[in-house]
Amino acid sequence: MSERQIQIEVLRYNPETDIEPTIQAYTVSCLNEWVVLDALNYIKDNLDATLSYRWSCHMAVCGSCGMMINGEPKLACKAFIHEYSDRIRVEPLVHFPIKRDLITDIEDFIAKFASVKPYLIPKEKRPISDGEYQQKPEDLLKFKQYTLCINCMLCYSACPKYGLVPEFIGPAAISIAHRYNQDSRDGGRHHRQEIIASSEGVWECSFVGACSEVCPKHVDPAGALQQVKLASTIDWYREHLMPWVKK
Amino acid sequence: MDIIQTDIAIIGAGGAGLRAAITLAEANQKLRIALISKVYPMRSHTCAAEGGAAGVSKSDDSLDCHFEDTVGGGDWLCDQDAVEYFIKEAPRELIQLEHWGCPWSREQDGSVAVRPFGGMKIKRTWFAADKSGFHILHTLFQTSLKYPSIQRFDEYYALDLIEDDGRCYGLTALEICSGQIKHFEAGAVIIAAGGAGRMFQFTTNGAIKTGDGMSLAYRAGVPLKDMEFIQYHPTGLPNTGILLTEGCRGEGGILINKDGRRYLQDYGMGPETPVGKPALKTMELGPRDRLSQAFWHEQQKGNTLSTQWGDCVLLDMRHLGEKKINERLPFVRDLSISYLGMDPVKDLIPIRPVVHYCMGGIHTDINAATPLLGLFAAGECACVSINGANRLGSNSLTELLVFGRRAAMSAIACIQSIPRLGNKAALTAKAEDSQSRILALVHKSRGSETISGIRKEMMQTLEEGAGIYRTGESLSKTCEKIAELRHRYTSIALNDKTKVFNTELLQALELSSMLNCAEAVAVCGRDRKESRGAHQRLDFTARDDTNFLKHTLAYYHPKDPPRIEYLDVVITKSRPGVRDYSGVRK
Amino acid sequence: MGKKMNKNSYIREVPRASWFLKQPRYIRYMAREVTSLFIGAYTLMLVIAIKRVAEGPDAFQNFLEILYSPLGILFNISTLLAALYHSTSWFNVTPQAMPIQWGEEFVSGRIIVGAHYIIWIAISILILVFGV
Repeated sequence: MSERQIQIEVLRYNPETDIEPTIQAYTVSCLNEWVVLDALNYIKDNLDATLSYRWSCHMAVCGSCGMMINGEPKLACKAFIHEYSDRIRVEPLVHFPIKRDLITDIEDFIAKFASVKPYLIPKEKRPISDGEYQQKPEDLLKFKQYTLCINCMLCYSACPKYGLVPEFIGPAAISIAHRYNQDSRDGGRHHRQEIIASSEGVWECSFVGACSEVCPKHVDPAGALQQVKLASTIDWYREHLMPWVKK
Repeated sequence: MDIIQTDIAIIGAGGAGLRAAITLAEANQKLRIALISKVYPMRSHTCAAEGGAAGVSKSDDSLDCHFEDTVGGGDWLCDQDAVEYFIKEAPRELIQLEHWGCPWSREQDGSVAVRPFGGMKIKRTWFAADKSGFHILHTLFQTSLKYPSIQRFDEYYALDLIEDDGRCYGLTALEICSGQIKHFEAGAVIIAAGGAGRMFQFTTNGAIKTGDGMSLAYRAGVPLKDMEFIQYHPTGLPNTGILLTEGCRGEGGILINKDGRRYLQDYGMGPETPVGKPALKTMELGPRDRLSQAFWHEQQKGNTLSTQWGDCVLLDMRHLGEKKINERLPFVRDLSISYLGMDPVKDLIPIRPVVHYCMGGIHTDINAATPLLGLFAAGECACVSINGANRLGSNSLTELLVFGRRAAMSAIACIQSIPRLGNKAALTAKAEDSQSRILALVHKSRGSETISGIRKEMMQTLEEGAGIYRTGESLSKTCEKIAELRHRYTSIALNDKTKVFNTELLQALELSSMLNCAEAVAVCGRDRKESRGAHQRLDFTARDDTNFLKHTLAYYHPKDPPRIEYLDVVITKSRPGVRDYSGVRK
Repeated sequence: MGKKMNKNSYIREVPRASWFLKQPRYIRYMAREVTSLFIGAYTLMLVIAIKRVAEGPDAFQNFLEILYSPLGILFNISTLLAALYHSTSWFNVTPQAMPIQWGEEFVSGRIIVGAHYIIWIAISILILVFGV
């Protein structure tokens, strides 16, 4: 297996000792099949035990290790060393406050995620004894893609709107609302609509599309947001031009 | 020290912890629930489970059949009353999850689809493509957001249980972002903190699975049960240990050795079945212990393929076709392409067995209660035991749900019936002790050992001594080595003395948890002088029901190896018999 | 650069004026947005043209002469290019905004985008052949 000397430049910040973040460089002999996370683990175990970052699954499903790699939001466990030159810059996800080193404060996202009521609000209640709701494969397909979000927040880092307008509810949270809206078992759309169709909601989005480009799970949040816009627009016309038509 | 008052504290916010929290919130909205986890809930390792969750739901299936499969699969080490309860509750829990929105894969008629799984005689595994655990976890997490009474303490690391006079009154936990230690006063505590697969170098488990919950209970005097039983999953990617679900074989994938032979037929799991038409409970749909052991034998015979990542056999899914793979196994395809550069649609995928699951864990009874009053446990960290000596694939996701809920109900009963009259001064003193222990660890100035060094040696000795096949000698060596490492652990010192997100401190604490669990694995294994399920001894090759139809209980000692006791297995209706995976129908 | 939010977190501020220079995809986005200015200007030109027609043949002739001037031609060409970029960039994202489901599959994005192009070309030909 081929090895390569790679200079890993990491943005370091410790609130107890630093006024500003600084770049620290480590030289790591990396196997070509490694991912950036392997290099960070090597540093942590062998060069500098004080380096802090989040990680767990190493298979791109837990969503812990999102970071900026050469300026691009990536999962460190899916950023392959062989795709990079001999210098790799690693920074915490942008648009989020840095807590320490590569660890960001994600409470803002968590609060927004919870605010959109991301759970099934059943169209009709069904006792357990009646078994499962019937849902055909084509009904499942309508929302399946939007269930795949791993909450890694790369989309928030990619979204310039979230950077400029921190109140924006943002791609992942609106996508999960759309996921439940599209679910044949759900009847809660109007509950979510007042949040996601507000000015901090979907109308902050100007369809840059960066969220979908960086999404490691191909959720296509940009698509979800445009669909919400379209549906909200139709709502508006119905309400104002055809008030006699019931929802 | 800050005191946080709560009625019930849950440690761990994966499948079992979230299921428990929701049960509590639904039972009584006035209950104060503290859900404490060292990671945000959606990072919990439940998310990595792929294949599915078992439960009887179709007309061709029966509770008895699921019972027989589970008990036989567990080589009769399961407590059969617990298995009966588990199997009866399983369908209800899976439907409940469906009602909460879990995107289960469907049949054409709109009912939930089921797929075949190893060791199961009937198709009964509910699945959401090959991301079943991921969807279960996210469905539970999202549903939990409905309940304001669930107060989450994300990124809090549980340090010590606070008990007095044989009853648990809460815990101390480290707020990772501030480095402050908090004292949670609780009427009951539920541990749902997952397994300890990270003791091994080559594992499917995420970095967080370091046996913290097991160690927490163990240090508080609760025995760990059946720790010698470590499950090797037969199909892991050889370079990373990434799991390729049993669903690969459930959908029809086959295993071949370097000569192209479907070698499982040579190990009591044949005759060969037609390619692409998997027969239940035989060949590739045999149980995990048998498949991993067959690999070992092939390796001994020189029938494995030697690769840059070690010896492998091959998983062939090409005959399934691109459409089926994309529909049923999209994640497997993505993982194989991304991490190995091979596409199961076109390529044979090299795989080898990889440490996956701890059958053992915190000793609980059928009510998820531990011997320590007020302490409950559920999920992989617990041992009820429904998995016995070998867990069947797709029983553990269901177990999270069934026993997560059961633990919650037991905890409610506990705080209602057993008075909460701890000696305040004694509890405070214990919390202070816990804090002092951590501060001493952080501020110790000089050390001769490193965390990564000890961890490496621990992994190595477990791999050598407690792998798929073991001997008394190898296990004794491992016992000695781990005792030595536990001693050397006291000589580590941290480089990082700061408070905010001191991940080196976390690693030190996690290493301590793993060492405790590892010692239990080795000592329990050394003393079990028989072969059963996932515990295979080359020096005692037969199952010995006379002496070892028993659970091993390991009791913690702060310095010495654990004291071992035995407990009879509960048998209700199935006497130990022969595990038959030959595919011959009786 | 950045600032400390409180004693525990550090915020990196987004530069208000130059943020879009950071990534090529932001530049592409800004280019798409800027093309609407050209389309706006062209619309304005059409309004002026109508006004000139109303003012009589001389006024309209003057207006046409301005259009035929090098500056006028430059304006038209650049507006045409901008309009092309504007249209194609929107066509290419329609499958995201308006996915079409056909049973158990989504209609391929290529078909949706392709249909847009075909209709666009057809209308253009109709106008070119019969419209003038």
